[in-house]
Amino acid sequence: MKVKMLSRNPDNYVRETKLDIQRVPRNYDPTLHPFEVPREYVRALNATKLERVFAKPFLASLDGHRDGVNCLAKHPKSLATVLSGACDGEVKIWNLTNRKCIRTIQAHEGFVRGICTRFCGTSFFTTGDDKTVKQWKMDGPGYGEEEEPLHTILGKTVYTGIDHHWKEAIFATCGQQVDIWDEQRTSPICSMTWGFDSISSVKFNPIETFLLGSCASDRNIVLYDMRQATPLKKVILDMRTNTICWNPMEAFIFTAANEDYNLYTFDMRALDTPVMVHMDHVSAVLDVDFSPTGKEFVSASFDKSIRIFPVARSRSREVYHTKRMQHVICVKWTSDSKYIMCGSDEMNIRLWKANASEKLGVLTSREKAARDYNQKLKEKFKHHPQIKRIARHRHLPKSIYSQIQEQRIMKEARRRKEVNRRRHSKPGSVPVVSEKEKHVVAVVK
Amino acid sequence: MSATGAAESLLTLSHQEELADLPKDCPWSTSEDEGDSDRERKHQKLLEAISSLDGKNRRKLAERSEASWDVSEFSVGCEGTGEQLVLSDLLQPIKTSSSLATVKKQLKGVQAKKTVELPLDQEEAAQVHREVAFSTTSQALSKWDPVVLKNRNAEQLVFPLKQQQLDFAPIEHVLGGWKARSPLEQEIFNVLHKNKQPVIDPLLTPVEKASLKATSLEEAQMRQAELQKARALQSYYEAKARREKKIKSKKYHKVVKKGKAKIALKDFETLQKASPTTALEELEKIEKARMVERMSLKHQNKGKWAKSKAIMAKYDPEARQAMHEQLAKNKELTQKLQAPSESEEEEGAVEEDGLFVPDVVNEVQMDTHGPNPWMHTSCTSDVKEAEVLKDPEQLPEHLAFEDSEGEGEEGPVAEEAMLLKESEERRCLRKRPELNQDTKPVGRQETQDPSSQEVLSELRALSQKLSKEDRQPRKQKANSAGAILPVQREEPAREEEEPLLPQRPERVQTPKELGKGGCSQNTELRRPVLQGQQMEKNANNQPDAPKKKKRKEQMIDLQNLLTTKSPSRESLAVPTTIDKLEGEEERDQKQMIKEAFAGDDVIRDFLKEKREAVEASKPKDVDLTLPGWGEWGGVGLQPRAKKRRCFLMKAPEGPPRKDENLPNVIISEERNIHAAAHQVHVLPYPFSHHQQFERTIRTPIGSMWNTQRAFHKLTTPKVVTKPGHIIKPIEAEDVGYRSSSRLDLSVVQRNPKRLSIHHKRPLKKNSVGGVAGDDVLMS
Repeated sequence: MKVKMLSRNPDNYVRETKLDIQRVPRNYDPTLHPFEVPREYVRALNATKLERVFAKPFLASLDGHRDGVNCLAKHPKSLATVLSGACDGEVKIWNLTNRKCIRTIQAHEGFVRGICTRFCGTSFFTTGDDKTVKQWKMDGPGYGEEEEPLHTILGKTVYTGIDHHWKEAIFATCGQQVDIWDEQRTSPICSMTWGFDSISSVKFNPIETFLLGSCASDRNIVLYDMRQATPLKKVILDMRTNTICWNPMEAFIFTAANEDYNLYTFDMRALDTPVMVHMDHVSAVLDVDFSPTGKEFVSASFDKSIRIFPVARSRSREVYHTKRMQHVICVKWTSDSKYIMCGSDEMNIRLWKANASEKLGVLTSREKAARDYNQKLKEKFKHHPQIKRIARHRHLPKSIYSQIQEQRIMKEARRRKEVNRRRHSKPGSVPVVSEKEKHVVAVVK
Repeated sequence: MSATGAAESLLTLSHQEELADLPKDCPWSTSEDEGDSDRERKHQKLLEAISSLDGKNRRKLAERSEASWDVSEFSVGCEGTGEQLVLSDLLQPIKTSSSLATVKKQLKGVQAKKTVELPLDQEEAAQVHREVAFSTTSQALSKWDPVVLKNRNAEQLVFPLKQQQLDFAPIEHVLGGWKARSPLEQEIFNVLHKNKQPVIDPLLTPVEKASLKATSLEEAQMRQAELQKARALQSYYEAKARREKKIKSKKYHKVVKKGKAKIALKDFETLQKASPTTALEELEKIEKARMVERMSLKHQNKGKWAKSKAIMAKYDPEARQAMHEQLAKNKELTQKLQAPSESEEEEGAVEEDGLFVPDVVNEVQMDTHGPNPWMHTSCTSDVKEAEVLKDPEQLPEHLAFEDSEGEGEEGPVAEEAMLLKESEERRCLRKRPELNQDTKPVGRQETQDPSSQEVLSELRALSQKLSKEDRQPRKQKANSAGAILPVQREEPAREEEEPLLPQRPERVQTPKELGKGGCSQNTELRRPVLQGQQMEKNANNQPDAPKKKKRKEQMIDLQNLLTTKSPSRESLAVPTTIDKLEGEEERDQKQMIKEAFAGDDVIRDFLKEKREAVEASKPKDVDLTLPGWGEWGGVGLQPRAKKRRCFLMKAPEGPPRKDENLPNVIISEERNIHAAAHQVHVLPYPFSHHQQFERTIRTPIGSMWNTQRAFHKLTTPKVVTKPGHIIKPIEAEDVGYRSSSRLDLSVVQRNPKRLSIHHKRPLKKNSVGGVAGDDVLMS
């Protein structure tokens, strides 16, 4: 019996040197490549499945603190350096590449309330329960030198937060009022108040650097203009806002982490309705930080999880949790937008990948092309039910899962009640209030 | 005069005082001048003095006769009339006096001013201030709107937005900024300083500097000229070398190489005479090179290039030649070097026999694409037997080797030697077929039929031709030209060289070539051609063939010979024994398939299936007849036809089937539940029409359906970040705006007062003090 075989001359498809471009003879005649949609659908499905298979976001846990981690700060010039302050007044500087603590300072008595780095990366500021603000050198003390702060400011009240200006030698603290300090002086160059409650955090706008935002325990968010030395506007929400974070790419956008389990993204020019209400957490949101690309942000919650939200979406795209992670108090997105760090109650700082299934390390061009293609396929077919189901599927701790169910029921009940009330009362007397408007109590000029 | 002047000045002064107070007490009162009489009197006097100065006034005063309780010095009062006092009334009397210009001016200023409203409540004031500040700030922020919009809609954003520029600092700057800290570094620097070594720019020691200074101009010029010359020479040599390297002529390179070899050999000889030990070393080196060559596969037709050539060799004589050359090279390199003192002529010839043999083997192997142990042994043994051919059978490779080696001695006689070799080769060519035919019967056993023999002969011919070409390309042309006629294709070995030639790859000949070379070779070529079989027979019955072969021949059945086909022309190297069975096999296969699927009639089955599917999908008529209604009913009774017709609801004609005109297809239009699980039910958010959405799904993005460029374009990610790069917040300068925040601090410091005015300030003292600069630097 004769066997007929195809034979090809290797000269037609083998590269002469390995630096040559791969020769792929291809006939683009569509009749030769039928079923493009089903084939791409299958590819998209596979890509989605593989994404879930490879989703291993947890990278490392930095342990060494002896109390809950209360605050985190990024180094402005070095990606590998991160600073953390704990509830026992200890500040640690970490090297992320080695995953080791490189320096430990007993900075305060009581909590380290706030920590921030100078824009040049040479020094950093801490503030604590002992009513002091201290400036420290980033480099450790030389041999034989004592570990002591460069400057110490003793205040009259407790400072609950601190943030440094992005370009100048100015920093701001908050407590009873928002104080703006020159680094060289012991008294603030201006202090601004509006209301009497204690202010929990203050943040400089990274783009229009004369703007500040603060949030106080009387449920309000206040914006300040440093140049005119005046508050600008105040918005009062349903519940207390824990902290805010400015978008590093959009000057007028900031996001507030609220006690009512939600996050609110505001356009500071129109505070009466938030641009977006981000809800998925099942407990108070304690901290929020934007990705340096300004497209996403990460939030830390009391429900022992962190979530990643796209700025324009109201639901999170990712949730990270581990069995051992307790209430997450602080969270930061690294400056190369690849990693996320979170500090939690149980004294650990955890390092996560921002993109759970991303491959670490250098990619070859073919890997890159495949990744891009898969990404595009997933995006193209994201509305298809099977793909959507697989892409959305996350494992959650039982507590969070049951909380979500419970809250869903509660929300549904509330909605039903409102609908019933509307149905049984005079038309127009029970207006329809959108979710966005619901949470803003008032805007004070 | 002087007294009046003083009085006048005094008057103006007093007036000024009064008027300066005017804005303070707004309601005008005239009762102020009810002072003591003394003062009154004095005032009267003053007035008189004034009146003496101004005639008009005096007259007016003189006219006043009416008694009034309160007489104003300006003769105006508002008591009686109930009118309000107007400033213009006050101004009237002094209108004409030019000396009161300043007063008038001030009064006018007062007249223009309105009453200041009550200051606002502090809270309200703060609010107003805030509102203004907010509106200005939000206006300032709205300059970011286009940037934000652009970034949100961007196809691709590459972060960091601002690409870093690498700036290279010269080494001197780097060194200048660097200071020795550790003791070791300091020591090193000390040593450097002691020896007056340069640490920073310029990198010259003082001695060097001095020497630089010391050289005279002439010297420098001479040196420069020298350098220039050297450089020019170098460039010439380089150019020459490049030119020579570029010469493509192989002959030229061969000649050059040969020349070099000659020189080397001469040197070697002289060296041998001068110092035998070094010569021995040299010899060892050569030997070692040979060993290396033997070990390596470098010239053994094993490389990629050689393999590619082997593919081509079948058709391209040049490729064949190239391969041969490589083999020859191998031969040459692996040739054992003779001790130079021995007589080369005799021993070389003896060895050449042995050496020559594997070469033939090599050729054959190469041509048949596979090592054949049978061929191997038979060939060698046979050749060893055929001693007649001993001398002329030297293969070109070997000859080539001889060229390179032996020419050292021959020297000037090289041309003669060339001629000699050519003639030898001609001879060899003529005798070669004999050898080939010798080998045949031994190589192939009894199973072989003449056709396969013929194949073998073909191979032989090919190999021989290769060898010949290797040696003399120009001769080969004439040779082949003379030998070939298209009609003679089937002709096997008839004469000594004829049978081989027709089966060479180059079969088509131009008439010109024919005419040129034909006569030179043989006249037999033009003989009429016989039938193929007959010729084969003839070939087998060659008279010059040795006896062994004849014996074999007897075993071959004549009938068998006649029935066998002549081998196909397409494949030279592949044995053609398979071909004759092909037809039978095909028939067999068909038969087998028929038997296997004897009962199947696929087409009819399919048609039936389709008919059924069509029937099933047709809408059914509904029969609404009720048996027994209006008539008798029961077993065996059918409703009347008329009634049935009446109550039969005809089903409406459905839409035409999609596969109506496609005979080979069944298209099911039923909804597939399994597929439905994968389909989108609701139109997703950004799309407004389902066609829009379908269109996005329908366009494929893979590289299978798109060109590479389109694929890249379609799959560009929206956000690209570089690993390890810090992404800074966007800056006004990045997008071409002026930075507004440069003076944040200075602005705050410039207007500290406002802070104290507008805000409740628990730490007022602090802030003011901070600005005043009385604070102490933090330690």
